[in-house]
Amino acid sequence: MTAGGGAMERIPILQMGEFLLVTIQVDLNDTLAQTLMDDLTAKVAATGARGVLIDISSVTVVDSFIGRMLNDIAATSRVLDATTVVVGMQPAVAITLVELGLSLGGVRTALNVDRGIALLRAALAAPADATHPE
Amino acid sequence: MPPIRSEVLELRATPDIVHVRQTVRARAAEMGFTLVDQTKLVTAASELARNAITYGGGGRVRIEALEEDTRRGLRLTFEDQGAGIANVEQALTDGYTTGNGLGLGLGGARRLVNEFSIHSRVGEGTRVTITRWM
Ligand SMILES: Nc1ncnc2c1ncn2[C@@H]1O[C@H](COP(=O)(O)OP(=O)(O)OP(=O)(O)O)[C@@H](O)[C@H]1O
Ligand SMILES: [Mg+2]
Repeated sequence: MTAGGGAMERIPILQMGEFLLVTIQVDLNDTLAQTLMDDLTAKVAATGARGVLIDISSVTVVDSFIGRMLNDIAATSRVLDATTVVVGMQPAVAITLVELGLSLGGVRTALNVDRGIALLRAALAAPADATHPE
Repeated sequence: MPPIRSEVLELRATPDIVHVRQTVRARAAEMGFTLVDQTKLVTAASELARNAITYGGGGRVRIEALEEDTRRGLRLTFEDQGAGIANVEQALTDGYTTGNGLGLGLGGARRLVNEFSIHSRVGEGTRVTITRWM
């Protein structure tokens, strides 16, 4: 972000073939979370991406707000025919989420980016997707 | 026993939630809390800070390091002068929300700490105190 704060802070979204990759490396404030959600939705629609990978390996807290954001991203992407995989959740975060009572029910998870990509590839190749001509 | 260290952070707007998380994380790490315990306390703090801002119109949190003969801990007291909660039991129920949240914040915060108390008066405000012992 530039000094003076005029420029809007954003989390970059990278395109990797038919997938989008987001790496969250900052403590997300609400504005940044909302911007990310809007940007991702727009990018899925614009690119026709079939998968979204969200790398949260640097994220040290997932509270109910951020959890809801992840669920909302997955739900919106699904409507746009893209599968969302959240990768790299730290064990302490996972333990805390369970106790908080938050289920990331609508979100697939994988241990790391490589496994996340494998999961997306498998999802795309699965028979359920045979109805989508490619 | 008086706290060995005490500080107060203002809760005015949602960016302050990030500040609370970072400060609680730093204090818990300094004291030697395990990573899982740090994460639980920080997550509970995030929930209660957000509630004070969203529903309490803002307030403050006191962060106190406690040292007793046989144990050490961190106590957080969130206070606001907002509308208060008419039915605290109901507010603590998972899934109950008057906003557009998941209704997990209060109940989840209670599960994530060792001690939890809430005092609320309609028209006067809300005070939530949580303690986690090492
Ligand atoms: N500080 C407060 N002042 C007034 N009302 C509050 C306060 N904190 C909580 N409440 C009330 O209690 C309800 C439940 O709070 P809780 O944090 O459990 O869920 P939420 O904030 O609605 O959703 P979530 O925390 O899951 O995003 C709130 O919807 C609100 O009506
Ligand atoms: Mg809440």
